[in-house]
Amino acid sequence: MLFKALGKIAQTFVVLFVVSVASFGLLKLAPGDPIQIMLGSEFSQASYDSLRAELGLDQPFLVQYANWAIQFVQGNWGTSYVARAEIFTYAFKEALPVTLTLASFSLVFAILVGVPLGVLSAIKKDTIFDAGSAVLALTGTAFPSFLLGILLIWFFAVKLQLFPVMGYVSPWENFWLGIYHMILPGLTLSTYFIAMITRLTRATLIEVLEQPYIAAARARGEPNWRVVWVHGVRNIAMPLVTILGLQLGVLLQGTVLTETVFNLPGVGQMLTSAVLGREYLVVQAGVMMTAVLFIGVNLLVDLSYPFLDPRLRTSK
Amino acid sequence: MTVQITKGVAAVPIAATPSPSAKSRRSVFIRRPFFTASLLIAAAYVLAAIFAPYVAPFDPVKQDFNVMMKAPSVVHWLGTDSYGQDILSRVIYGARYALIIGIFSVMIGAVGGLIIGLAAGLSGGWAEWGLMRLIDAILALPSLILAVAFIAILGQGVDKVVIAVGLSMIGPFARTVRSDVMQVRVQLFIEAAQLMSISYLRVVLRHVLPNVIFPLAVQVTIRVSEAILVSSSLSFLGIGVTPPTPDWGLMIAEGRDFVSFAPWMSAMPGFALALLLIALSIVGDGVREEFDPKLRRDS
Repeated sequence: MLFKALGKIAQTFVVLFVVSVASFGLLKLAPGDPIQIMLGSEFSQASYDSLRAELGLDQPFLVQYANWAIQFVQGNWGTSYVARAEIFTYAFKEALPVTLTLASFSLVFAILVGVPLGVLSAIKKDTIFDAGSAVLALTGTAFPSFLLGILLIWFFAVKLQLFPVMGYVSPWENFWLGIYHMILPGLTLSTYFIAMITRLTRATLIEVLEQPYIAAARARGEPNWRVVWVHGVRNIAMPLVTILGLQLGVLLQGTVLTETVFNLPGVGQMLTSAVLGREYLVVQAGVMMTAVLFIGVNLLVDLSYPFLDPRLRTSK
Repeated sequence: MTVQITKGVAAVPIAATPSPSAKSRRSVFIRRPFFTASLLIAAAYVLAAIFAPYVAPFDPVKQDFNVMMKAPSVVHWLGTDSYGQDILSRVIYGARYALIIGIFSVMIGAVGGLIIGLAAGLSGGWAEWGLMRLIDAILALPSLILAVAFIAILGQGVDKVVIAVGLSMIGPFARTVRSDVMQVRVQLFIEAAQLMSISYLRVVLRHVLPNVIFPLAVQVTIRVSEAILVSSSLSFLGIGVTPPTPDWGLMIAEGRDFVSFAPWMSAMPGFALALLLIALSIVGDGVREEFDPKLRRDS
């Protein structure tokens, strides 16, 4: 098991390496000569060559990559002229926490709502409730989140004036106000996941409830709630964790859109303004952060299986 | 990325499927009423896109400052936007952009995925390992983020969006093509063809490719809606198609600032987009369940 885990970790680093080479190469593909931009309109060939050598741009691609990678790991990501800040501070310390807060808030909310809904539609299989939740699930997975966000703003913030239209307050600084500001964006982002988790829970539980040990538990005279919620629901953990790892991409791109709808200063807004301002270094930082997050979470998902399913603990 | 969950959803058919014998007797369109309705809706969008100049009551980019932000009325069925442009006409023309961008970008993704997937599946050894890690790396980024990165390099515009969204979809296509190739290349008929000393290229083109193309075509129908969603997301973020193009994502974004007094500006193109996406995803699920033998079990 340990050997397997080490293999997984090694493979993760290979993928991380490929991603970093690709995102470094991406920067090289960007239009415009960085030296020309730095030197302005008039310059001599000598000054061009000396700056080129000074920046190491005359080196082979892999040497340039290695230099960049060393700087990147140390947190020297360059400077953003639009944000007037170090990109590391701007992207990693300011934008990323906003995105992660929104994403995790939505995920927790989705699990808290989706799992019980799924359990209910599994128990009430083939009733109107089940059919209704099927229709909701289909709509929830196909409905564009940015439209949902705008409709929620219109209804809850403009018509009912229950929630603020937009703006961000960090829940780490002012917990209740932060949560209050997070409710509409969280609802927007979690709808897709509520739909998905509901269907997944339903499908898993229906299968589980037909297992002999469930019949055995019933035969022992255990109450129905205990059979369903204790013996049944714990089986959802594995498929849930798997699918959340795979769907992390959807969560991250949903966050990008939701941030734009609600004007939250996260990675999404950072990326959009970087594209408009042609700040390739910021785009690169955003791409790298997303990839590391995605790869890291999926590694954790892989490594968590033996803890979730005791049958996987025996090493082959 | 969405395919995994739709699989989870699709494993539980919404309408109960009749027994296999009844299944073969009745037409798909009768067996699957949701599928048929969705197909008709999608067809209506295609017709609206083709005949937009004849269907649309107004010029989609004609600004009329006398009728700015008017609510839906007899003249302007879906209201007007902040430039006095007729929203119904813009929604109809928007179908053109959505479908053209969606279809062409999926084509780019499918062809790119076919090439990489074939290369990975056939090469074996270190080349295969390297190509698989490349696919893993592409898949480590959500398609929207990948498309944003490509847009950063390419710039904005309809053609750039097609290329960016297309490139961002190569990963999932490559992965499915590769796994199909892996299944085909160990089949007996491939071995037989090789023993008959048929040239390698001929084996690939005549015997491997046809077995890969069909599942790929099914994938294409499923992923058109994803391409449309990603492209309209780019426009919504303000980095995709440029104004005054009647693109739904762009219209939703423009309406966002006026949501308190002209909610129809966002809602109308939004509902047009949502209806198309829902219809396409039902059509896609139906196509997959009909043609994918792996999913053909009555659960």
